Amino acid sequence: MNFKILGTGSYVPDHVVTNDDLAKFVETSDEWIAQRVGIKERRVSISDTTADMGIKSAKKALESANVVGADIDLIVGATISADSVCPNLACMVEREIGADCMAFDVSAACSGFIFALETAMGFIERGIAKKVLVVCAERMSKLLDWNDRGTCVIFGDGSASVVLEASEEGFYDSVIHTKGGDDVIDIPTRDGISPFYKVEPKNPFLFMNGQATFKFAVKSISHDVKELLDKTGLTADDIDIVIPHQANKRIIDSAQPKTKIAREKWYINIERFGNVSGASIPIALDEMNRNGLIKKGDKILLTAFGGGLSSGAVVFEW
Amino acid sequence: MTFEKIAEIISENIGCDVSEITEKTTFEDLNIDSLDIAEVAMAIEEEFGLENFEASPSMKTVGDLVEAVENAMS
Repeated sequence: MNFKILGTGSYVPDHVVTNDDLAKFVETSDEWIAQRVGIKERRVSISDTTADMGIKSAKKALESANVVGADIDLIVGATISADSVCPNLACMVEREIGADCMAFDVSAACSGFIFALETAMGFIERGIAKKVLVVCAERMSKLLDWNDRGTCVIFGDGSASVVLEASEEGFYDSVIHTKGGDDVIDIPTRDGISPFYKVEPKNPFLFMNGQATFKFAVKSISHDVKELLDKTGLTADDIDIVIPHQANKRIIDSAQPKTKIAREKWYINIERFGNVSGASIPIALDEMNRNGLIKKGDKILLTAFGGGLSSGAVVFEW
Repeated sequence: MTFEKIAEIISENIGCDVSEITEKTTFEDLNIDSLDIAEVAMAIEEEFGLENFEASPSMKTVGDLVEAVENAMS
């Protein structure tokens, strides 16, 4: 059993924050960010919650798939910036799209879409779900220390969703890895105010060791792509489109030659959205789909890495 | 020997002339940031067969880097 993608949708907040806007309150410059990270602007929520963004992209994906909420058997959310620990993002989407099904989130940071697809595939493979809505939504702006120029320039807010349907045709395979630990990337939740807990609260903001993250990212892409190609018997030439997680253009520049997949096959939109964590890949996928850049039968390879540490790659046929 | 190889790796990754690099050259002189250093560290791992070679923030010069690689290899 495989899946086909019936529809895609994305939503990003209207508010554009340029590098010059950031240079007004942190010591940085448009030139430095554009050259060193590859980002020119990002979207930042003024009033959308994470669920609001997820609901908006989900509705667009349903419309694009020509199905309604009641047709969906399973909603898998992927987020690290949900509005509440409970209910999860997927449950909030379920209510607003008029679905009545299973709904839960997976947490795998920037690899969230890959982990959500893999989870959905498990339900499809077992015959438990025929139509699955995968929703990635991130309000990264609420996790950041906006005085830390090392991190606040990198991220953006946004959401994207896809509707999958079980299919005998097509093709799907994947590799998934984690290397657990909080020393390279850490995003704490709130500590609460228990009168009994005596441990000093952590810094409440997203922490990232840039060098270690960069090395993990480059190694993960080259390793995961090679492992996936070996596993499937595909060659670099067989792949038509690569959508990498849009974390930093230099990660892609460094990893791409190691995979032997030609540069022109790699889709990059980081300059307009920054790193939207797990929503980055499906935002790019929706953008390509809506701009007619994907042909039926194209073999699309997605490769992601992020907090956890987590990484994974999937290949499927459009 | 280690220095020559490292100078070559830096020059390939950063795109500067290898003759510009001495043990006293600082990363600041080369205008390279922490991610450039991470790229250089990965290339060093490959070249010298090291696992998880980290360039620490206290390293300021190419000479510091050479010393760290020699220590990691010993």
